[in-house]
Amino acid sequence: MGAKTNRRPGWWGRFRASDLGHALLRAPVAMTALALVVLIMLAALLAPWLAPQDVTRIGVVDLMDGFTPPLSHNEFSGRFFLLGSDDQGRDMLSAMLFGARTSLLVGIAAVALSAGIGVTLGLVAGYAGGRVDALIMRMADIQLSIPAILLALLIFGMTRSLLPAGLRDAMAIYVVVLAIGLSDWTSYARTVRGAAMVEMRRDYIQAAVMMGRPAHAILRRHLLPNVMRPILVIATINFAIAVIAESTLSFLGAGLPPNQPSLGTLIRIGQQFLLSGEWWILTFPALLLLVLALSINLLGDWLRETLNPRGR
Amino acid sequence: MEPVLDISGLRVEFPLRDRTLVAVQDVSLQIAPGEILGLVGESGAGKSTIGAAITGLLQAPGHITAGQVRLRGQVIDATDARAIRALRGRRISTIFQDPLTSLNPLFTIERQLVDTIRTHRPLSLAAARAEAVRALDATGIPDAARRVRNWPHEFSGGMRQRAVIALALCSNPELLIADEPTTALDVTVQAQILRLIRTLAQERGIGVMLVTHDMGVIAQTTDRVAVMQGGRLVECGPTQQVLRQPQQPYSRALISVVPRLDERHARFPVAGIPDKVDAALEWLSAGGPRTDPAGGPLVELRNLSMHYGVRRGLFGGDPGFAALQGIELDIPRGEILGLAGESGSGKSTMARILAGLQAPSDGQLLFDGQDVFAASRAARSDIRRRIQMVFQDPYSSLNPRMKVGDILAEPLLHHGFVQNARAAVPVVQELLNAVGLDAAAARRHPHAFSGGQRQRISIARALASRPEFLICDEPTSALDVTIQAQILNLMKDLQQRLGLTILFISHDLPVVRQMCDRVAVLQGGQLREVAGVEQLFRAPQDAYVRQLLSMIPAMPAMA
Repeated sequence: MGAKTNRRPGWWGRFRASDLGHALLRAPVAMTALALVVLIMLAALLAPWLAPQDVTRIGVVDLMDGFTPPLSHNEFSGRFFLLGSDDQGRDMLSAMLFGARTSLLVGIAAVALSAGIGVTLGLVAGYAGGRVDALIMRMADIQLSIPAILLALLIFGMTRSLLPAGLRDAMAIYVVVLAIGLSDWTSYARTVRGAAMVEMRRDYIQAAVMMGRPAHAILRRHLLPNVMRPILVIATINFAIAVIAESTLSFLGAGLPPNQPSLGTLIRIGQQFLLSGEWWILTFPALLLLVLALSINLLGDWLRETLNPRGR
Repeated sequence: MEPVLDISGLRVEFPLRDRTLVAVQDVSLQIAPGEILGLVGESGAGKSTIGAAITGLLQAPGHITAGQVRLRGQVIDATDARAIRALRGRRISTIFQDPLTSLNPLFTIERQLVDTIRTHRPLSLAAARAEAVRALDATGIPDAARRVRNWPHEFSGGMRQRAVIALALCSNPELLIADEPTTALDVTVQAQILRLIRTLAQERGIGVMLVTHDMGVIAQTTDRVAVMQGGRLVECGPTQQVLRQPQQPYSRALISVVPRLDERHARFPVAGIPDKVDAALEWLSAGGPRTDPAGGPLVELRNLSMHYGVRRGLFGGDPGFAALQGIELDIPRGEILGLAGESGSGKSTMARILAGLQAPSDGQLLFDGQDVFAASRAARSDIRRRIQMVFQDPYSSLNPRMKVGDILAEPLLHHGFVQNARAAVPVVQELLNAVGLDAAAARRHPHAFSGGQRQRISIARALASRPEFLICDEPTSALDVTIQAQILNLMKDLQQRLGLTILFISHDLPVVRQMCDRVAVLQGGQLREVAGVEQLFRAPQDAYVRQLLSMIPAMPAMA
């Protein structure tokens, strides 16, 4: 690459020298989006320390604090609420920090699940071809003909009815992850299959086949690392979709219980009060969800443009 | 006479992230009417960039930073891309390498010709149609009046390139830029196309800039030749004079490494560079010579056939397409057998069957006396190890996500030659040294290497299985001649030191002549002639082989 220096560059130097880092530093929109995502993630991660109120504990919430407008003190307790409080007297800022934490957690877990299933099935389909390929891809086609959110609702309902009543709230988060994860593997499978079929025609795969390498070794060592780029792009965009899907499920009442607030739960609660004048209960969580999803989407779009082999 | 094209002091720059690449530097050239100027050089020499620059087709961020271009004495502002673009297609036409992508598949040949003619000349539709037939007829396509209504896919590769030439010439340009016009074509078609370009240029007084990497094409077609290196013009003069008595050391070196059809050398000449690799081959040569010359042939093909698309049906079905028919061939131990033939002759199918990647539809493949496709699992796995392949495209034959050391260690570990990655390190080192690379190469990814270096890595990977039989499928057709000579010498050296048996597949007959002991010529899936290399090239028995040999452009001997 450049001139040889004796000093090894630090991580920042290496990042700036890399193609991706170089491109990122020249894309203000992507940089802003990345900064926002990182900020929200950090805030969510540090919620227990940042939030003025621990909303997961029932005891700290006082019903008398309810419906305090933003930037004002409660008329009874005199407590200050930066973004107001909801009907239960919960601090909105705290609820949103914990809510974002839940939403992001569900998003990441759902993406990991759907990527795991989709990439595996896509690789197998692209490698094996023929009947295996046809079977997997027709499964994907069938699934794609059903709207993802309907499917998630269906999986949610079925899984929940199988659980004993006492476990339902405790297991709710896993059920939501399963519902979203299972409804979203097709985009990975299709893309990975296409990329794998292109790679299969390349000579390095032929060389491995001639060597007599077993299928799992070819899949893992040769195919998987070479189809990672599109996976990264889809995962980013699907992360935003998963966060929204979780919010939609919670909004429809098929998500997490009120004592584990997610952004969707907060929006559902807030919309009851929009017409009676307590606008902040809906507006702030909705804005946060909007900024989060938009930033991730912009980042994903930028990644797709930058990693596109034709553009390089 | 006033030159058609007069370039002076042309400079083209590509600003990159960390530096500016000067692709063309201070190049001055003239082309007279009816003259064919050859532009020759290795990849990256800037020969295609000149043509792209004067037609305004430079890829961003490349741009002209200095120089003057005159077309028939009229100055064109070389830095004003718009001014140049106005001339494109009208006064300057271009033919590209790939005739497949130069024609629009959605329109008939007639439609494309008529559109181009009417863009440049005010003709009625009927007159333009008549002109289109004339243009196609001039390129020697038989029955042009009927064939003009065909679609591009109904034309063969050679006919497509003729149609592209008709398209390029129908606007009566003064200058024709032909960028590797015959590289994608077989030698017989190549000879016809080159003759056509020559005739049309002389008849119509068109100046031609012929860009090519092939010295034979230069020798056969051009009046003058310009040798380029690293963006600079090294030497320019009458073709015969430059080829016979090159004045500059670089042109001398470039011409001397071109494989010759008329004589055989023990090694490929490599200009000035000591290329013999004297690395110790302890691990590789352990266990004595690979092959016992006393045994029978290592590889035997018995009545081997390959049919594609066969369908059995009540009413006869579809006999399909025969890629190989009744091939009978022996490859003795320690021999380099050349397999030659034009595209579609079945070379690649044969390579895939020999490599065990594909089973034949009929016949047997015997390796060391064993029937490969009837062997047990264990025997099959052993045969797999003993047969290895070097692929054509060095850019797709190495996993881009693996380090070179891991690529070479994979077969070592897989075949159990070493027990773990640490034990593989010294063997990987020996393999790299054996192919003339530094041991430090193991820590880098394939993208850090040039095409020639990648091909060396590819050879090292093949050797890592300690094979007896090596299939080389066009191993140097993607490489420059100087690199080709080094790679082929390396393969010859390794073959001798390790006693390998090699099947060397190539469409390039001069290379086959230098490389092989015996040659088999395939045509349409059938073996036309199998003979010792001297006999085949001096006194070919088969009519097709004779014709094939006569089509290869001859190089004059250098003084």
